[in-house]
Amino acid sequence: MSTLHILSKPPSDNDCWRDCLTACSSGDTLLLIENGVYGATVRPAELPEGVTFLALQADLEARGLSNLPLSTKAIDDADFVNCCIENQQTVSWF
Amino acid sequence: MIFSIVVQGAPHSQQSAESALRFARAVLAQGHGIYRVFFSGDGIHNGSALATPQQDEGHIIEGWQALAKEHELDLVVCIAAALRRGVMNDEEAKRHDKLNSNLADGFTLSGLGQLTDAAIHSDRVVTFGS
Amino acid sequence: MSSKSFLIVSRRAPYASNHAREALDAALTAAIFEQDVAMLFLSDGVYQLLNNQQPGTIGQKNLGANLQVLPMYDIEKLYVSKRALDERSLTTDQLVVPVQALDDAEINTLIKQQDLVLNF
Repeated sequence: MSTLHILSKPPSDNDCWRDCLTACSSGDTLLLIENGVYGATVRPAELPEGVTFLALQADLEARGLSNLPLSTKAIDDADFVNCCIENQQTVSWF
Repeated sequence: MIFSIVVQGAPHSQQSAESALRFARAVLAQGHGIYRVFFSGDGIHNGSALATPQQDEGHIIEGWQALAKEHELDLVVCIAAALRRGVMNDEEAKRHDKLNSNLADGFTLSGLGQLTDAAIHSDRVVTFGS
Repeated sequence: MSSKSFLIVSRRAPYASNHAREALDAALTAAIFEQDVAMLFLSDGVYQLLNNQQPGTIGQKNLGANLQVLPMYDIEKLYVSKRALDERSLTTDQLVVPVQALDDAEINTLIKQQDLVLNF
């Protein structure tokens, strides 16, 4: 079973990021939204291999991050819905 | 697929309210269903009839109302969280001897059992926290 | 009524915000509705379980005392992060209810086993 993790806090919220990363397993998807997208520039070392690393386009654009080199793939709102469908579990981290 | 959405952020105060509304629109645009939107914690302010954002900000509460009307959505505001924050319907306003009620049209006040019920009856539950 | 496994994840310290209380209320309600409920306390959420809380002076109900009633509602699966306890120099002896302290790998497994994970 695969899980979609939705992370909305910035990397400065160490506890939130660490709790989320602890829960990630290979085959899962980690989607950054809201202030979480500030973490889109570097793939965390603790993120297991085989976890798909995504960021929500609307939040990247809002924050002036779309033109920076990112470690995530940017997805739109429709893809966000598809991610929920493709993964049997959705867990939000905030 | 059937979704339920949990909203814990206040509109025009935390982004989670807007994220949730945008997500709800995307769910419906792709032909999926929404069993319930449950507003808890500070999210209860999404059901406030008195919220008046600035005109150039996009009105989140009206956004929920329009979506609910078009798609017959069940927008439930957690009664315990709402009462302690001062959002209530006519019945609760009378019960607690308050001057007025202020629950926005299209929203209903109910208990946490509605969240459990939504979780049982939905394929996916997505929380937008704060 | 059909039953799903619910994991309520609680990550905030009590009293400065309502998050802890809302998580507890959600857990109790799901149990009343005969769902299979477990609670997982991570990060500052472990502070909710500290014994000797006396919040009367700040006008709040005792969250620790309220957590003690969880077994009466058939919520006996209570888990805490071992790492969260260690980082805060706490031991399970200082907590108000019996809990299982899990390492990171066990937390990962616990989360994967659930039908529903609700975070507060």
